[in-house]
Amino acid sequence: MTADTIFEKGKTGRKTLYVAAQEQQPSLFDQLPVGARRRRPPALPEVTEGEVVRHYTNLARKNWGVDVGFYPLGSCTMKYNPRLPEAIAAWPEFCAAHPLRPVRAAQGWLRVLHDTERMLSELCGMARFTLQPAAGAQGELCGMLMVRRYHAERGDPRNVVIVPDSAHGTNPATAALAGFDVVTCPSSPSGLVDLDKLRRLLSDKVAAIMLTNPNTLGLFERDIQEICRLVHEAGGMAYYDGANFNALVGRFRPGEMGFDVVHLNLHKTFGTPHGGGGPGSGPVGVVDKLEPFLPTPLVRKGPDGFEIDDNRPHTIGRLNAFGGNALIVLRAYVYLRLLGTSGLRDVSGAAVLAANYLKHRLTTSYQPSHPGPCMHEFVLTATQQKADGVRALDIAKRLIDLGFHPPTIYFPLTVPEALMIEPTETETLETLDAFAEAMLQIAREAEESPHLLHAAPQSTPVGRLDEVAAAKALDLRWRPGGAEGGDADASPRAPGGRPTTRS
Amino acid sequence: MSFIPHTSRDVARMLAALGLPEIESLFEQVKAVLPSAQVPELPGASELELSRQLWDVARLNGRPDQTPCFRGAGAYEHYVPAAVNHIVSRGEFATAYTPYQAEISQGTLQVMYEFQTMVCELMGMEVANASMYDGASALAEAVLMAMRHTRRRGVVVSGALHPHWLAVLRTYTANVEPEFVFVPPVGGVTPSDAVRRAINDNTAAVVVQNPNVFGSVEPVREIGAHLADHPALYLLAAYPISLGLLMSPGEAQADIAVGEGQPLGIPLSYGGPYLGLLATKLDYLRQMPGRIAGATHDAEGRRGYVMTLQAREQHIRRERATSNICSNQMLCALAATAYLSLMGPDGFRTVSEQNFIVAHELAGRLASLPGCSLAFDAPFFNEFVLDLPVAAEDVERDLWQDGIVSGLPLGRWWPQRRNQMLFCATEMITEAAIHRLVAAMEEALP
Repeated sequence: MTADTIFEKGKTGRKTLYVAAQEQQPSLFDQLPVGARRRRPPALPEVTEGEVVRHYTNLARKNWGVDVGFYPLGSCTMKYNPRLPEAIAAWPEFCAAHPLRPVRAAQGWLRVLHDTERMLSELCGMARFTLQPAAGAQGELCGMLMVRRYHAERGDPRNVVIVPDSAHGTNPATAALAGFDVVTCPSSPSGLVDLDKLRRLLSDKVAAIMLTNPNTLGLFERDIQEICRLVHEAGGMAYYDGANFNALVGRFRPGEMGFDVVHLNLHKTFGTPHGGGGPGSGPVGVVDKLEPFLPTPLVRKGPDGFEIDDNRPHTIGRLNAFGGNALIVLRAYVYLRLLGTSGLRDVSGAAVLAANYLKHRLTTSYQPSHPGPCMHEFVLTATQQKADGVRALDIAKRLIDLGFHPPTIYFPLTVPEALMIEPTETETLETLDAFAEAMLQIAREAEESPHLLHAAPQSTPVGRLDEVAAAKALDLRWRPGGAEGGDADASPRAPGGRPTTRS
Repeated sequence: MSFIPHTSRDVARMLAALGLPEIESLFEQVKAVLPSAQVPELPGASELELSRQLWDVARLNGRPDQTPCFRGAGAYEHYVPAAVNHIVSRGEFATAYTPYQAEISQGTLQVMYEFQTMVCELMGMEVANASMYDGASALAEAVLMAMRHTRRRGVVVSGALHPHWLAVLRTYTANVEPEFVFVPPVGGVTPSDAVRRAINDNTAAVVVQNPNVFGSVEPVREIGAHLADHPALYLLAAYPISLGLLMSPGEAQADIAVGEGQPLGIPLSYGGPYLGLLATKLDYLRQMPGRIAGATHDAEGRRGYVMTLQAREQHIRRERATSNICSNQMLCALAATAYLSLMGPDGFRTVSEQNFIVAHELAGRLASLPGCSLAFDAPFFNEFVLDLPVAAEDVERDLWQDGIVSGLPLGRWWPQRRNQMLFCATEMITEAAIHRLVAAMEEALP
């Protein structure tokens, strides 16, 4: 397998015809003024279908996916993606439907959206959901814009959002994009929100707190109701980042914890594929007092069937040209209907069991960030190994050679040399054991033969790639003569590795 | 139904290792705080049962692939070669995460790089990111880029921008309070001298869509010429299939090009997932949001690809990031990359021309119906506005009774346009479908 691009495989004149050219009067194109026409055609590859399929099949083989093997990427919930949702998403009744079809010609779609909204509301203890956000980060933006509008319409504009230091990077980035000043709340030594510090940060300027529960350390925030009570008392709202909902789904609800607004990642908890980084879907649920601000369009049940509700005077507006990632929502709907509440309860049970079992097996050789039981994921710190000159990055790369996708590394930022492991509920005990054995072997190698770790990975099409060179001599597109020049002054990241987070 | 592989013996073994009697014990700390058992019971189902039930739901949508659809307005039905679906169905692509571990993600990363190259080629720009959520959010991010770059707040917007795109732009920019100036269309196009008059010392961006929401081809080059010596950035939204025929944003001297990439091999999907295209000049690279792949090499000199320039992004920069975006529409970007590879330069131009031909055939036929005429004289690509002698909503309803999805009644967006309908015809519209439509229109019209 070579790293040749599709552009290097072409040959002038080679093509496959998919759409036949119709006969035309040459004068027809005179209706297009010369000044409006394209001059230089796009330099697309000239290849046959066989070459295209072979090229992308070979690229696929250079990729790791849940279909290939264990993918214990913390905070990402890389569970098995069932195939029925995929099959139904390919039915033309669903995937060939234009988003502006007359509502009477889209009653099946509207029913799916309506019922998904209802099911998610019930699972989260929220009054209503919008299915429009295209990803978790867009869901966060949606939620925080609603919070902003809520305070503004009460004549009490607030500009501060509290985010714990263990939060996903999207939380502070979203709060900033929504126009808030971000204040970081330090964790206590036990890895949880420090109530005293939180109390000191609260004021009549605080619009909201953004929290994940369980948090990114895999720990359940035991004081969650008190946290929400304190924030509410100060006039703020509590935002639930649902990235880690797989730990609780079917058992507990963010509404009962005291949250006012919730986003879910359908591509995590509800089994839709991650697609190599998207598309996902990030629906947002709200309590009654935020309901007027939901983005449009919404679906409602009318006397003659389902309708689109576009006329909402207090709405924050639209987030997408149409109704969001409907075909992802459909997959999650199928997943929900397959499993039901009792199946979802089994999901969280098995996910938390697998994580605790794996944590138990690994803490003989690795130090956990925090002792005691975890929820659906846990964080190890490779500080012991670092004393032998081996870093979390080296452990990750060695895991690749042993046949596993590495965990999330260098995240959360509060843990040095972090390895964040989330096995999910869909891995066999044999896989969990094999992974544990590999990790224990690596711990031994770190002491006895660290060069194996430093030189890893050896089994991949390329070794460790020079990221500094990539950021300096920018080569961001293929050109016939090679890379363009141009120096970059990109600030280098933390030496040797970057924090990896979720989407 | 369940996808959990743990047998009761597996569970017992894991619990024994943990010294716990049952799975419930793992949730004791949560139960101590939260009342449980408040989750309503939703029923589960077997695959066979559910497939049967969903077949009844699906049928309520009709057979969109067998019903002629003359509707575009931002989402377009185009032919998708069978090989595209084959490629995007590969589990190695579909079930991968963001390519954080480059050595086992070369497939995704190289596709990102190839995609960026193709977007640059289509748009005539120097750099592109690996995609945004959709065209509308790409435009919103482009306006934020221009406001950051110029440190100005004025945003001149063509009045012929798709109203949903404008709505998304307003949502995204709510807190930075742009000062919008709208240039009303005249005869279905945005007058270039009115754009020139609207620009001032406070202008950060000029936003034009080509073809615009009425389907008309805009004077993009003239507008570009007016902006050439002005610090404001020129933002051009392009319909990618039109770029086989129409001037590229780069040729029109645009600074940032955006577009809805759905027409490039992605099904209509009732609105998503789609594909936001965003490309720009090297000068504005640091302000560009979203993922970017770059080529580099390993210690042995082997070529490989990584995500680069991550110092712009949220997981490094947190609240100081260029955007909060944390994903791209990777699988849709793969579909577009495969689509463009399969079409090639010849096929791409042919599709573009076919759209032009079919739409002009349709326009000619509809404009000769009694009481009907084209609303504008402006050149168009594959979409145009028809003036009707009656309310467009009534025509829509009558045509659907004949199983035809008509053009879009524009009164939905602009009450004064209640007698106008926005028609679209792509290469999917056959001669027979046009006959059917014309016959049904003759019936529906007085």
